[in-house]
Amino acid sequence: MTVLLEPLRRAWRTPRGRAGVLVLLAIAVVVIFSPPLLPDPLAQPDPIGGASLAPSIAHPFGTDQLSRDVLSRVAVGGRVSLAVAIIAVGLSITLGALVGLVAGYWGGLVDAALMRLVDAALAVPRLFLLLLVLAMSERVPVWALVLLIGATGWFGTSRIVRAEVLRLREESYVRASEALGASRRRVIFRHLLPNTLGPLLVAATLGVGDVILLEAGLSFLGLGIQPPAPSWGGMILDAREVLVTAPWAGLFPGAAIVLTVLSANLVGDAVRDAVDPRAA
Amino acid sequence: MTAPSSAGPLLEVRDLIKHYHSTGLFRASAPAVRAVDGVSFDVGRGETLALVGESGCGKSSVGRTILRLQEPTSGSAVFEGIDLFPLDRAELRRLRRRMQIIFQDPYSSLNPRMTVGAAVAEGLEIHRLAPPKEIPDRVAALFEEVGLDPSYAGRYPHEFSGGQRQRIGIARALAVQPSFIVCDEPVSALDVSVQAQVLNLLSDLQRDRGLSYLFIAHDLAVVRQIARRVAVMYLGRIVEEAPTEPLLAEPRHPYTVALLSAVPEPDPTLRRSRIVLRGDLPSPSNPPAGCPFHPRCFHPRKDQRCVSEVPRLRPVGVTSAACHYAEETPRQDAP
Amino acid sequence: MTRVLEVENLRVSFPDGSGRRFRPVDGVTFTLDRGETMALVGESGCGKSLTSLALLRLIPPPGRIEPDSSIRLGGTDVLGLEGNALRQIRGRRIGMIFQDPMTSLNPVLRVGDQIGEGIRAHFPVSKAEARERSLRLLQEVGIPDPGSRLDAYPHELSGGMRQRVMIAIALAAEPEILVADEPTTALDVTVQAQILEVLDRLRSSRGMAVLLITHDLGIVAGRADRVAVMYAGQIVEEAPTARLFANPSHPYTQGLFASVPRIRGPARRLTPIPGSVPPATAWPSGCRFRPRCLKAFDKCVMEPPLLPIEPGHRARCWLAETPR
Repeated sequence: MTVLLEPLRRAWRTPRGRAGVLVLLAIAVVVIFSPPLLPDPLAQPDPIGGASLAPSIAHPFGTDQLSRDVLSRVAVGGRVSLAVAIIAVGLSITLGALVGLVAGYWGGLVDAALMRLVDAALAVPRLFLLLLVLAMSERVPVWALVLLIGATGWFGTSRIVRAEVLRLREESYVRASEALGASRRRVIFRHLLPNTLGPLLVAATLGVGDVILLEAGLSFLGLGIQPPAPSWGGMILDAREVLVTAPWAGLFPGAAIVLTVLSANLVGDAVRDAVDPRAA
Repeated sequence: MTAPSSAGPLLEVRDLIKHYHSTGLFRASAPAVRAVDGVSFDVGRGETLALVGESGCGKSSVGRTILRLQEPTSGSAVFEGIDLFPLDRAELRRLRRRMQIIFQDPYSSLNPRMTVGAAVAEGLEIHRLAPPKEIPDRVAALFEEVGLDPSYAGRYPHEFSGGQRQRIGIARALAVQPSFIVCDEPVSALDVSVQAQVLNLLSDLQRDRGLSYLFIAHDLAVVRQIARRVAVMYLGRIVEEAPTEPLLAEPRHPYTVALLSAVPEPDPTLRRSRIVLRGDLPSPSNPPAGCPFHPRCFHPRKDQRCVSEVPRLRPVGVTSAACHYAEETPRQDAP
Repeated sequence: MTRVLEVENLRVSFPDGSGRRFRPVDGVTFTLDRGETMALVGESGCGKSLTSLALLRLIPPPGRIEPDSSIRLGGTDVLGLEGNALRQIRGRRIGMIFQDPMTSLNPVLRVGDQIGEGIRAHFPVSKAEARERSLRLLQEVGIPDPGSRLDAYPHELSGGMRQRVMIAIALAAEPEILVADEPTTALDVTVQAQILEVLDRLRSSRGMAVLLITHDLGIVAGRADRVAVMYAGQIVEEAPTARLFANPSHPYTQGLFASVPRIRGPARRLTPIPGSVPPATAWPSGCRFRPRCLKAFDKCVMEPPLLPIEPGHRARCWLAETPR
């Protein structure tokens, strides 16, 4: 696990990386711990008098047109968005790594077959594919959404991992292991995988940002997280009606998205620089 | 071929050929790289055969192909009486214990993400040579055998110098108790004083454990320290093979003469006419017809036969040389 | 004898991460005369490469040359130069060739262009004239069929050829001094012989001074007029070549000779120097070779200066005080 900590530690040292990590941590803390302290995000306590209230002490982010507290909706919505992002990215990374490792190490027909599959999949725009599947289905439960996003996000990672494996395969320590009689499985998991964790970590951190945007977009189109469960994208969708009268209803979820994606990208960039072998 | 040991050679290689074919759409148009083009030799028990040559001569490919780290194109390698090339993966894995390899580059020969103790223990784990409880002790013993402090086993490769990493690589190879080790330029990347340390270590280990080495190198002076027989390679073929001292004293193949002449000797009083070869090494994918050395050969008897007929390795005095006119090779200054 | 280079008390320092600086080159002094070849010999970590980079002020930041160092080229103080004046000496007065020709040549530029670049940086000539001169340079370094090679890319040439191209580039501005940093280490021994022959020829035909940096005592033997042996950032022995080989006086030099394998002479077991080279971040106190020296005695806890052994021959060892 020191393998993972090392690039993170180095990312921490750069000012941008540190900013990204701190912001992400802050968002995570808010999103995880604040909801019990806040009003019910689904409750519409006062649909006539309490709707579209500007930010105040009682409602730091104001209320939307249904008098729901925006702050608590942002917080709870954030839970879902982050959870979706982390799990989906976790799935993508795992799939991508497995395919990349096998294709890169086995070579030959296996490699060719897998890579043609990846090429074909990459030819289909991810968003369109998701839109198609989601639009054709009835209510899609969150876990299915996560699976779908995760299952469509591993192709690029597999190529990156495969390229790393092709390079690593020629290293003397891999040959030494083969000469000792190591099985293919052992070589892949003990020698190749640990040395590809760097690029994987980069793909993971940048992927989180991507998925947040993706999920927000899908929710905005009404295809992602279904109402009344709050989601950042969904909140922006709802906020269209009151853009002029209650801009905070759309501003805060929008800012949350921007902040999260930006800091994820900052962390991702810092990790990538930390992992770059030339900088080592 | 000089017959080394009475109990029969440990390793007999015959007509080994390794050609690399380029892959891809343009396969048909690119000629194969003939890295190893018909190599035969024996290695006896407890002895060292050095395989010497410059880059592109195929010596590293020979080492890797024998161990089947790369698959041969054709030929045979019989190790302890067993023909290595037809073996399937399971049988080969069992035999891997007996034949090991140490590499040239100390910086890529160890997994940067693994502790050196784990690297040395890997062979023990793969072949289940010791119960898990005993492994740390076995690793410690191996560290001591190669001259390293056993308490360093928990450290990572980047914390060690080049010479120390080579020792770790040797310990890793020794862990499975092989009888034969391919040493692929093990000291080429090391400084002079470290090189001497590692060479002495390899000698001592050979004596203590009865190991046989196929010592691959480009430096004849280094080879002299550890090998009793030398085979000189050029463009995928062995052009001369002999016991070390006679080869250095009286080389018979012109390439060997040139190679010896080019080795810089730390003695400024030595006046000698250096033979400087003209031209570049031909490409292994397009070797010259006839004798592969003829375009650069300076032998006074060089003639049409050299262009048309490939010379075979044949005994000439105490050596074997692949030259039509080996008997008349001009002598160099005496040692 | 015209003195072309005078280096005095050269010190190069780098930050060690904890606010202090360490000195991989720690007080190097030598001179070079016109037409002379001097070899700087040592193993990795002794500071020889940094010394050569310092001559051209090419020490990468955050490293720097310490203020009490002095490098004089003819009458010019190299350390006082800036900007254009500094660029003028690089290539024009000191040329440099590096160890690995593959990474020292730009892979996307043709060979002729790279040489031409060197020429036109220092002489106001037309492209055609530069090309003409490049052709002659390629001939001079012994490249066959130089006309067609001018338009080749580096990867189309063999290692030996590339190194010759590097030499041609270094010569393009007609420097007085050529610094060759391990010019043959990455090459096969027969190619090495070819390159060294080129350098010999150039040296006599052009009257250049050559600073040859290497770890290989064999290369030094036939080619250098004087040798300086470096260890731990300092010169520990310097002498005319014949004297160094006949009478190595510093225990490190003696140790090197004992650990070099040879082709000639009787076969013998090598006697390696015990221990390993100290890191530049932690030079030993007193005599830096003391921890590894079999002849160390009590005075060695004090750092010795270079002491005379015989005319022109000095060693940084207290043993030099006792007559042999």
